[in-house]
Amino acid sequence: MPKALMFLAMWALTMSATAEAVTAERQTELRNLVHQDCGSCHGMRLTGGLGPAITSRALQDKNHEFLFATISEGRHGTPMPPWRTLLTRQEIDWIVDYLKTVETQP
Amino acid sequence: MRAFLAAVVLSLLVAGAVAGELRGTGDLGVVVERADGRLLVVEHTGNSRLAEVEGLGDLSHASVVFSRDERFAYVFGRDGGLTRVDILEGRIVNRVMQSGNSIGGAISQDGKWIAVSNYEPGGVRVFDAATLEMVADIPAEYAPGKFSKTVGLVDAPGNQFVFSLYDGDQIWLVDMMNPRKPRIKRFENIGRAPYDALITPDGRYYIAGLFGEDSMALLDLWHPEKGVQKILKGYAEHDEKLPVYKMPHLEGWAMAGEQAFVPAVGQHKVLVMNTGSWQKEAEIDVHGQPVFVIARPDGRQVWVNFAYPNNDTIQVIDVESRRVIKTLKPGKGVLHMEFTPRGERVWMSVRDDNRIDVYDTSTLERVKSLPAKKPSGIFFTDRAHKIGL
Repeated sequence: MPKALMFLAMWALTMSATAEAVTAERQTELRNLVHQDCGSCHGMRLTGGLGPAITSRALQDKNHEFLFATISEGRHGTPMPPWRTLLTRQEIDWIVDYLKTVETQP
Repeated sequence: MRAFLAAVVLSLLVAGAVAGELRGTGDLGVVVERADGRLLVVEHTGNSRLAEVEGLGDLSHASVVFSRDERFAYVFGRDGGLTRVDILEGRIVNRVMQSGNSIGGAISQDGKWIAVSNYEPGGVRVFDAATLEMVADIPAEYAPGKFSKTVGLVDAPGNQFVFSLYDGDQIWLVDMMNPRKPRIKRFENIGRAPYDALITPDGRYYIAGLFGEDSMALLDLWHPEKGVQKILKGYAEHDEKLPVYKMPHLEGWAMAGEQAFVPAVGQHKVLVMNTGSWQKEAEIDVHGQPVFVIARPDGRQVWVNFAYPNNDTIQVIDVESRRVIKTLKPGKGVLHMEFTPRGERVWMSVRDDNRIDVYDTSTLERVKSLPAKKPSGIFFTDRAHKIGL
């Protein structure tokens, strides 16, 4: 229960930072995108596949800027593509926050 | 009301058939509901759902092969789970967690061995098809202490398995004549980052797609002594290469007569290659980056789906004229297609709309939809008798 509360609190924080830019409806789409489409390389549960694991635990040593740049620009020399043409800055911010906080382990 | 009752009675009859009464399996198949770790058992004579099988773990990118009697499905899950499912009884017979992270598998020519391709730990493991007991562990050590993710695992004639090393740029040919002591032949420097592979339907040529360069790696299994040959070199050198939002799949590669149709990596194109010379004959402009490029069993049509953000679309190519003859918009997230054995219908999973659609391949019209939760792969039992599937 405390875990769930903490999660809720973190989620609320995330919400307050980005709520203006990313609507609730869009957040649902982005969550689906992360698990279903990022998931095609990183695994639906984000535990890794051809690409590395991107669970909150796996990303705990990576800062926001690094993750933002990775999603926005891609990683040269790897299959990670740049997403800046498909997502807004606010949406990428939201995804980084989501990845850092969500509990993705089964 | 009478029609409703008739439908209820019919569905009870069909369900009963799977559970107890005598029934063949040649028109059965499974659909992966990947988010819920569940399989649907389906049949394509009446296009219906027959049973649900729960408890298969993480089915991201899950794939399936069938026993030669077409009764058992072997399901390869992302979490390393290998599960043997009795599709007649609609239940799990046996399940082992064989690795931390896996990507698919194959069944040997004699039906006795199941090989699983693993990302973590990188390599291939081989299991007894009846008991799922491990008989061989083949770590993909391509340099001292370095293990590669393995991809493109297929069966080949002579009771062999073939796979590629994504990090190691190699192809390995595994002879299973003595299953506990497999003989391995390694082909090195085959090209950068093989991401998937296929074997031609006759079992002769193994071809790996390369993510790191504009070519493919070809191994002639009739003449492995000749080594790996690069084909389609520089197929995209005059074109701008786009970011790839989903890796193409090479399984079920479209071979139609002397032509093979392959997805171009990072381009909105399907390439047509001559299978005598392995030269590119033509390019066909399509709606997005192709993921699956598969031929109707008679080879007259090729159906294509696409990577995000164009994954709401299917295009049908007429092989003779090499033109797109139909663009379909089934819905968001069309992930996979599977033809009925003789090709009069094609099933497709429409992930984000939670549906399986069935199309007539001559009228190109939808004839039926079935509910399915976030469906991904669709696998019909006739794969049991096809090399490489």
